[in-house]
Amino acid sequence: MYLPDFEYFNPDSVEEACQLLLKYGSKAKAIAGGTDVLVKMKKELLAPEVIVGIGQLSQLKKIEYVPGKGVVIGSGVTHNEVQNSKVLQEKYLSVSEAAHQMANNQVRNLGTIGGNISNAVPSADMPPILIALDTTAKIVGAKGERTLPLEDVFAGPNETVLEHDELITEFVIPDGSFTGSTYMKFGLRASGALAVVGVAASVQMEDGVIKDARIVLGAVSPVPVRAKKAEDFLKGKPAGEEIFAEAGVIASGECKPISDIRASAEYRKDMVRVFTKRALNKAANEGHV
Amino acid sequence: MANFVVDKNGIKRYLVTIKVNGNEYTKMVKANSLLVNFLREDLDITGTKKACEQGDCGACTVLLDGKPVNSCMVLTLSVDGREVTTVEGLASNAKLDIIQEKFIEHSAPQCGFCAPGILMAAKALLMNNPHPTELEVREAIAGNLCRCTGYVHYVEAILDAADSQ
Repeated sequence: MYLPDFEYFNPDSVEEACQLLLKYGSKAKAIAGGTDVLVKMKKELLAPEVIVGIGQLSQLKKIEYVPGKGVVIGSGVTHNEVQNSKVLQEKYLSVSEAAHQMANNQVRNLGTIGGNISNAVPSADMPPILIALDTTAKIVGAKGERTLPLEDVFAGPNETVLEHDELITEFVIPDGSFTGSTYMKFGLRASGALAVVGVAASVQMEDGVIKDARIVLGAVSPVPVRAKKAEDFLKGKPAGEEIFAEAGVIASGECKPISDIRASAEYRKDMVRVFTKRALNKAANEGHV
Repeated sequence: MANFVVDKNGIKRYLVTIKVNGNEYTKMVKANSLLVNFLREDLDITGTKKACEQGDCGACTVLLDGKPVNSCMVLTLSVDGREVTTVEGLASNAKLDIIQEKFIEHSAPQCGFCAPGILMAAKALLMNNPHPTELEVREAIAGNLCRCTGYVHYVEAILDAADSQ
């Protein structure tokens, strides 16, 4: 398979990239790892006349802890860089582990976290765990920058609120009071599968009581969604299998899955019940975020 | 950004220099050139195979700066100034890599089409993790599909190679 001709730009900075995206508008597409855009071009789902390569911008390639701010993850880091990051392994092992569950090794060496989010596939593995940790996204455009909670970035399947000239430059996981978190993916194979259901949970435990919780469901709605009724139900309750099972039932009622080649809507709903319970149990008992 | 010339149709061709298996190649490529096609068609280095061409099968796996990637999803322009290793780069001085030796010993490849990709995935694994567990081996080649379904001998051969190096 060959790609159609296009004009290619290799900007030296995010600002230059945004100016190019502004200039060419809907004719242009930014690519980082290329694992989504190039494949869509081969399948003739996308035909950009201009490609703006941002994969080698060093300013997007950091993972660092900034005291008072939190862990900053540049949008240009690959999934394997997220997985192998010492900072993340120490502070948010659940994020490192979630990155490892995406696709396969070869793809994880190319695909970036910014691409995974901007592509906004409902079954993507990174959004649930990042949303569960109250992550924000810094968005830079030709006319300025803005910061949004990550959950507000998604607008629908393959759609975000980003304008043509905007790029996500970094994600910030703020210092929080969560004591445990995890992402559990249910796919039809051990590796390389898209999530049938992906559930992220984070909890703040105090003397066996759940002070706060987040439950984020992937692959069961047009965008990753929080199971807010289940979260509210958990607050103030003692942690335990029965409470988590009940939260699972509530969360199952909060998603709107579709039936597709991988699973029926009914099955997905039931798997949300099961995986919410398991994820809460793991987050509450594992002793790390 | 690489230097370019514009052809009679207004299409730009860029000058790239890429090190492949230790040799530097300088070529003119179009922006839409994919690394797998650059290797096979521009350099005539055809050990790297093409199959699904969308990042599922791993037949086109090469090492880019030491890391395994699907060369069907990499723009050649983005590799300018970088280093690529293909299956042809594994043997040195007519001596096969230990993984290649063990593939032969275990009769691991059947039709052989996936073998170059699996060799590169296995090479990347053993470079970073000289003594992997079976699970780690399986995980390392999880991005490589074998339509003969002959995974067991590959896993055994890679484990044997790890023990023998």
